[in-house]
Amino acid sequence: MAHKPELGAPQMAARTSVACSQLQFPGDRSRRKTSKKQTSKAEGTSGRHRAQSGQKEEAGGNLRPGSPRRKQSERRRRQEELGEQKRSPAGRNLEGRRKRDGKASFRGQRVPPEKEKEVPKEETWKQLKKHRSTSLASSASGGESLSEEELTWILEQVEEKKKLIATMRNKPWPMAKKLTELREAQAFVEKYEGALGKGKGKRLYAYRMLMAKKWVKFKRDFGNFKTQCIPWEMKIKDIESHFGSSVASYFIFLRWMYGVNLVLFGLIFGLIIIPEVLMGMPYGSIPRKTVPRAEEEKAMDFSVLWDFEGYIKYSALFYGYYNNQRTIGWLRYRLPMAYFMVGVSVFGYSLMIVIRSMASNTQGSTSEGENDNFTFSFKMFTSWDYLIGNSETADNKYASITTSFKESIVDEQESNKEENIHLTRFLRVLANFLIICCLCGSGYLIYFVVKRSQEFSKMQNVSWYERNEVEIVMSLLGMFCPPLFETIAALENYHPRIGLKWQLGRIFALFLGNLYTFLLALMDDVHLKLSNEDTVKNITHWTLFNYYNSSGWNESVPRPPLHPADVPRGSCWETAVGIEFMRLTVSDMLVTYITILLGDFLRACFVRFMNYCWCWDLEAGFPSYAEFDISGNVLGLIFNQGMIWMGSFYAPGLVGVNVLRLLTSMYFQCWAVMSSNVPHERVFKASRSNNFYMGLLLLVLFLSLLPVAYTIMSLPPSFDCGPFSGKNRMYDVIQETIENDFPTFLGKIFAFLANPGLIIPAILLMFLAIYYLNSVSKSLARANAQLRKKIQALREVEKSHKSVKGSAMVKDSGYTLKGSSKNATQFQLTKEGTTLHSSSQSQTPDQKAQGPGTSSSAGRTSLSTTKHIPVSPPPRDSGQPLPQTHPWRSASGKSARRPPPDN
Amino acid sequence: MAPGTVLNGCPHILLPSSRGRAHKRFCELLPPNHRSVEESLQARVPFQQILSLPELKANPFKERICGVFSTSPTRDSLSFEDFLDLLSVFSDTATPDVKSHYAFRIFDFDDDGTLNREDLSQLVNCLTGEGEDTRLSASEMKQLIDNILEESDIDRDGTINLSEFQHVISRSPDFVSSFKIVL
Repeated sequence: MAHKPELGAPQMAARTSVACSQLQFPGDRSRRKTSKKQTSKAEGTSGRHRAQSGQKEEAGGNLRPGSPRRKQSERRRRQEELGEQKRSPAGRNLEGRRKRDGKASFRGQRVPPEKEKEVPKEETWKQLKKHRSTSLASSASGGESLSEEELTWILEQVEEKKKLIATMRNKPWPMAKKLTELREAQAFVEKYEGALGKGKGKRLYAYRMLMAKKWVKFKRDFGNFKTQCIPWEMKIKDIESHFGSSVASYFIFLRWMYGVNLVLFGLIFGLIIIPEVLMGMPYGSIPRKTVPRAEEEKAMDFSVLWDFEGYIKYSALFYGYYNNQRTIGWLRYRLPMAYFMVGVSVFGYSLMIVIRSMASNTQGSTSEGENDNFTFSFKMFTSWDYLIGNSETADNKYASITTSFKESIVDEQESNKEENIHLTRFLRVLANFLIICCLCGSGYLIYFVVKRSQEFSKMQNVSWYERNEVEIVMSLLGMFCPPLFETIAALENYHPRIGLKWQLGRIFALFLGNLYTFLLALMDDVHLKLSNEDTVKNITHWTLFNYYNSSGWNESVPRPPLHPADVPRGSCWETAVGIEFMRLTVSDMLVTYITILLGDFLRACFVRFMNYCWCWDLEAGFPSYAEFDISGNVLGLIFNQGMIWMGSFYAPGLVGVNVLRLLTSMYFQCWAVMSSNVPHERVFKASRSNNFYMGLLLLVLFLSLLPVAYTIMSLPPSFDCGPFSGKNRMYDVIQETIENDFPTFLGKIFAFLANPGLIIPAILLMFLAIYYLNSVSKSLARANAQLRKKIQALREVEKSHKSVKGSAMVKDSGYTLKGSSKNATQFQLTKEGTTLHSSSQSQTPDQKAQGPGTSSSAGRTSLSTTKHIPVSPPPRDSGQPLPQTHPWRSASGKSARRPPPDN
Repeated sequence: MAPGTVLNGCPHILLPSSRGRAHKRFCELLPPNHRSVEESLQARVPFQQILSLPELKANPFKERICGVFSTSPTRDSLSFEDFLDLLSVFSDTATPDVKSHYAFRIFDFDDDGTLNREDLSQLVNCLTGEGEDTRLSASEMKQLIDNILEESDIDRDGTINLSEFQHVISRSPDFVSSFKIVL
């Protein structure tokens, strides 16, 4: 069985049993025939008698020589004996073949054993049928089902076959073989599955099997359907084939983000906006749902709507529109509660999905820590991207692989000698200083602009630029700072990979700093508004009071209520925050699209068409085509998502806008990439940084959670707008619900759960669990390293033994040729070999304990030692070229290639 | 007989839709008068035809890939089953083990079951392309191969065998995502 690389244990067992049964078949058949005759004869005489009682039949059967049970056990025994005999000669034959044509093709080695195997299989069939027919013959007369052992045997076989069917896909076999194997296995299972049940159970069993089969088929169809439903698959594949997997990974990330946003959108839309629109009070019924009188004239102007003022501000898209009524509509839907819970679950769901995808990403790569050990091998074996179908990309890839090879070689050579370390250090410090200056400057600029915009917002008649200053400045900073950073980073002279990480980290810091300065400025604004709230409240009360109590009205007729548009109201800070985020998102989207249009598309057009009449080659020279900036795009996407998370609590419509944005940018960017970008000069893999991006997303999620949590926990909601108006804090809505809608004992339980005495131990417990798991993984890694070392040491010893022996053989042959007096040296050498060998054995007592055959003759040792190497599977079609039988080739070749290590 | 009826229950992992697509693509490679379903399932397409597929055209291992998957005795043509085999190994759903097994066979240029120095240097030449400027010098090549053997040749026998190869590959984060061909 030396030809199967991926044999699982069950298959191995099945195959050996198959081979064995073939061997003992001829004799068995004759015996069976006789037994059959005997049975029929016996039936003739005492068949009816036995037919009445099963026990009797069995008892009698045991006496007869050809009874199924006896036969079975006998065959088993013989199988075992013969199996061993058969297996070893077969293996030896194979090995012999391998040696004879050492360099024969894989296929050449693979085919013959397959044939060997096919034959026995068929024979087993016949045999099995015979076997069954005999047993059936006897049992049919006896009205008795199969004997226990037969049943268990068939059961085992069926289970094996089923396992084979299930794991068929994971076998590296050619299709024809898979097909034959599968058909055989299926036929077998189908035939014998029914036999397993007894009597009435038989039908039930068959039925259950049928249903299971149907279920499997349904699951498969459903899986196919699901994969067909994945959107943009072909688009992404197209991009993949043009640009390699790295650019496509951005689009896959975009699609993933779209899915997440779709879920968030469904959550918010289905649980907040639709109930409010359907069941809440209609527009114009209360002040918070009406445009104030002063704004009414302009409320429908496009320029006002574009700024999310006017009618849009007083719509269900923003926080302020919602009423603080506890229940709405005939469903008695608790909208404030739902609003709060959805706000929380948006974060909960995002957190969960990000962490889950991170975990599934890490599961693919088994151990991150060991990656550094295989830099060269990874470059060698996994650097080619098989998706590339474009010759231009392929050329780029060749070039990038070559440079990476050369780079790593140079790295390896020069890792020791650091030249002028002081200059490098100085430059790095300088670069970091410059970049920190840039960051601080951009932060200050944003703070300044936001402050100024608050002054502008108080003024009337502000120009378009003054109104949109914040967004413009933020977008410009986002556009120009990254290239500036890149220029500064050139000073540092880092390795490109490390440089990329630094660059990403700096852009991240820039975005984050900008976002947080923006937030701080916004928070100042909020505090200002909150401090004004009391006066506004008084004014409102005063107006209403005056209105109802004013003289000059007929006292007998009650006055109609004040029109909601006339009621003075406070500046709803939540809506203001929501509007800021909304505007930021939209302007971000526009800037992205305009950058793509100008920077990519127009540039591509210019380069493409002006190239005919230009003095130098535009395509190859200076402007050239744009490359797709993966990291910048991914970071932009991540920050956009951060803004969505932050803003969605105060502007429920924001997620809807974001879904639209992602949808359009999917199509737009796909088009832009295919039409006007060229593949990267340095093609790097994105999957390596996939989790890096996910980690950034997680960080952004956490950072965007903070301000929202802060506002919910510590700021009082506005008094006249939003679902929580009139409450002291937003989370009071939970308490309210627990008190009013739940039975009292539940309230007590919640109070108990919220007790710090319970929460602190729980947190401690979690920390302990983390610590424990961490230490476990560390110790496992250590064990891994130790095992590796052990293997290496073992192989060293074994190899030195081999090479010594091999050279002895070389000498031996030389001796016979030359006939000189090298007897003594040779003797010495062999002696050395044996001593070495014995030492190798004494070094590995545990292996010896595992395999008692290890301590046999010197010739077998190397084979048996290789057998017991724990990690590497037993020598199959590759691996060790079987040294003891072919010492010539392997040993001499090896000693030529590499000097034997001296112990 | 529709291709579906022939192919249903096949143990390969392609979806029915992609199976149909594969069959269509395969038929396009056949001469026009042999495009019936029956014939296409029997026919063998010579390598030149397969290599002209746009998905394989830019691949430096295209000859090797065809060679590994071919079942014909002269190993110069692919039947539809071989073609499906190829696609299923390079599909998303193939397990990493299967993928790495075939990758090993693709990289094993002389088909002797191990990656020795000649295989590795041929592999490097494939990866660095045909151009003179991208080729590595002899000393660089030696250095590179030494480093690779240092890393992956766990048992220090001077060659990389399948299990060592799979050991390395299983730790690679990109392999499964890049060892893919989509029609």
